[in-house]
Amino acid sequence: MRLVQGNEAVALAAVHAGCNFYSGYPITPATEIMEMMARQMPKTGGVFIQMEDEIGSIAAAIGAAWGGAKAMTATSGPGFSLMQENLGYACMTQTPVVVVDSQRGGPSTGLPTLPAQGEVMQARYGTHGDHEVIVLTASSVVEAYRMTVEAFNLSERYRLPVILLLDAVLSHMRENVEFPDVPVRERVMPTIDENFLPFGPDAPFVPFGSGHHTVVTGMSHDETGLPKALAGQAVQRILRGVQDRLAHDAREITFYHEMELADADIVLLTYGITARAAREAVGLLRADGVKAGLLDLQTLWPFPEWLILEKTQAAKAVLVPELNLGQYVIPVRAAIAGRCPVESLGRCDGELFTPEAMVEAAKALAHSLEIGGVAHD
Amino acid sequence: MTKPGIDLTPLLRQEMMPTVWCPGCGHGIIARGIATALMSLGLDMDQVAFVGGIGCSGRAPFYFDANSMHTTHGRALAFATGLKMVNPKLTVIVPMGDGDSMAIGGNHLIHAARRNIDITAVVFNNSIYGMTGGQGAPTSPLDSRSTTSPMGSIEPAFDTVELALAAGATYVARTTTFDFQEMPQLIAGAIRHHGFSVVEVLSQCPTYYGRLNKLGEAPDMLLYERDRTKLLEAFGPPPEITREEMVGQLPIGLFRDEERPEYVDQYHGLIARAGGGKSAS
Repeated sequence: MRLVQGNEAVALAAVHAGCNFYSGYPITPATEIMEMMARQMPKTGGVFIQMEDEIGSIAAAIGAAWGGAKAMTATSGPGFSLMQENLGYACMTQTPVVVVDSQRGGPSTGLPTLPAQGEVMQARYGTHGDHEVIVLTASSVVEAYRMTVEAFNLSERYRLPVILLLDAVLSHMRENVEFPDVPVRERVMPTIDENFLPFGPDAPFVPFGSGHHTVVTGMSHDETGLPKALAGQAVQRILRGVQDRLAHDAREITFYHEMELADADIVLLTYGITARAAREAVGLLRADGVKAGLLDLQTLWPFPEWLILEKTQAAKAVLVPELNLGQYVIPVRAAIAGRCPVESLGRCDGELFTPEAMVEAAKALAHSLEIGGVAHD
Repeated sequence: MTKPGIDLTPLLRQEMMPTVWCPGCGHGIIARGIATALMSLGLDMDQVAFVGGIGCSGRAPFYFDANSMHTTHGRALAFATGLKMVNPKLTVIVPMGDGDSMAIGGNHLIHAARRNIDITAVVFNNSIYGMTGGQGAPTSPLDSRSTTSPMGSIEPAFDTVELALAAGATYVARTTTFDFQEMPQLIAGAIRHHGFSVVEVLSQCPTYYGRLNKLGEAPDMLLYERDRTKLLEAFGPPPEITREEMVGQLPIGLFRDEERPEYVDQYHGLIARAGGGKSAS
C-alpha cells in the first residue's frame, strides 16, 4: 500500500507495460507524468525527450514506435488539439502509440488547473477523416494504473493509437493503492518473408530495421504500404477491417463497472472522475426509495452501444452527468433511440458534481416521469 | 567519386517509378545525388531510413528501397528524432522542402540543430511550393512572382544556411543541381558526419517558379543557378557580404564541419549515469 498520485500511477504503469519511449511538452495538469518519465526512462534504459511542442511530441512518439519502441506522450487540452493531425497519421499508418490527455477546462487556455471532460468527442473525432481509435478513461488512481497498461496492450493488439482520458482532479489526486498485476502484451516479432504485407489484415507491427523495407505513409495506401493506384479503395478496405476487428472484439475491449442495475428505474451513466460521486448518489437515491443504478464506462470508444442497450433495457430513464455541456449524452441518446428519456446533467465551470447534485437531478427526472419512489407534491 | 554509368538502381524502389516530379524538375537530380552518396558510402539499405514531409520533396522516401516514412507536413524531423533515439544504428536522412524546413517545420529544424542529433537534412529548395501549384515560400526571393505573390514578393527570403549555422547545426553546406560534381560529396560528408547536418540544394522548378518568373526551361534555370551562386574557394563560414552584394554570388560550398557532442550519445551517457543498463536500441 502506498500513497500515489494519478499522474504518477500512469507513469509507473507505463513502465510496467514496457514503455521505453516518452516524448512530451510541459502542460498542466499532465506535467508530472513527464517529470516522472524523465526520471524513470533513463533508469530502465528507455528514452525520454522533451520536444519543442506537442506536435513534435506525438511525431517523435510515432517515429520511435517505428524504431521499435513502445511509445507514449501525455498532454492536456491545448496540446491535445495540437496533436490531432499526427494522431490521424498514427491511425492511417496503424502505429501503436499511447496518448494520455488529462482534461482541464476549455476551450482554449480555459481553466488550466481545474477538471473537465470536454475532450470526449475530440478524442474520438478530433482528427480529420474516418478512423477508429480506442479511448479509455478512469475514475481512481488504481484504475488509472490499470487503464494505462490496458492502453498499451490494446495499442499493441490493434495497432492503433489508444487515448487515455484523465482529468485535472484524477491527475493530481493521491490515493492509497496496491497496484494490481495487470498482464502485459509483449510484442512478438514474426518471421518476415518476401510475401509479408506490413498493412495486411491482422499483420503484426514490424518496426524499421527488420530487413523488410516498409513504406509508411499517411497517404492512402494498400496492404503493401505503397500509395498505388486505387489507393482509395484499398484504404477503405483497411479502415473497414480495423472497424470490423474492433466490433468483433467489442466485449473484450469494453471495460466498465456496474452497480444496482438489475431493477434500476433510473440509470446513471458516467465515465471518469464523475463516477465517484455517482456511486454515492446511487446509495443515497436507494436510501430514499428511488431505484437507481450506475453504469460506469472505462471504454468510451469504440462506442459500447450493445452494452448500453443491454444495461438500460428495463430502465425508465437515463441520466448522463458529465463535466461538459452534454457530449457523451448525444450517442447515448441516439443508441436508446427514444425508448426512454435520456437526460444530460452537464457543467463546465471547473467544479465536480456532488452526489447531492446528482440525487437532485435524478429525483427531478423521476418526478417528471412519475417514477415510483419519489414523493409527489 | 561519381562516375557516370554507376548503376544506382539497386538503391531505388522500382515499383514506385516513374516519380511524380515534373519533367525538368531538379528534385530527381538531388535524389540521384543522395543515391550516389549512399553508393559511395556502401551503406546497407536495411539500416537506412528516409523520413520525408509533404510536398514534392516529401515523395523522395518512396523512391529509395530502404525504410521509408512519408510523414506530415513539416514534422519529418520530429518523427526522425524519435526514430533515431530508439534505433541509433539507423542512418536517418530527411529530405525536406522549402515549406517543411523553413515554414511549417522551421521549429523542428532549429531544435534538431540545437540538439545536434545525428540526422541528415537535405533541403530541396526550389523557391516555391510546387505540389500545391506555385505559391510563395519563405525561400522565395524578394520581388519574385508566385501565385500568392502575383505582384512580386514583399517578404525577404530565409537563408537556410545562415539559419542552420545560427541554430547550431554542426555540418552545413549549400550546393545546386547545376553543381552535380560537388553535390554527392557534400551529401556523403553530411551522412558520414556524426551530428545534425543540413545540406541545402538549390533546385529548379520550371513548371511554376521558372514559368512565373520568366526564367525559361530547365536548362536555362540550371544556368541561372550557376550564375547566381559562387563556390567558396575554401571551406569556411559564408563571407561577410550584404544581401545586395550577394546577387550573383550567393555562396555555395561547405560552411561548417565540426564536432560537438551528439544528442543520442549524450542521452546514452545519461542512461549510463542513471544505471539504466540496457539501451533502448
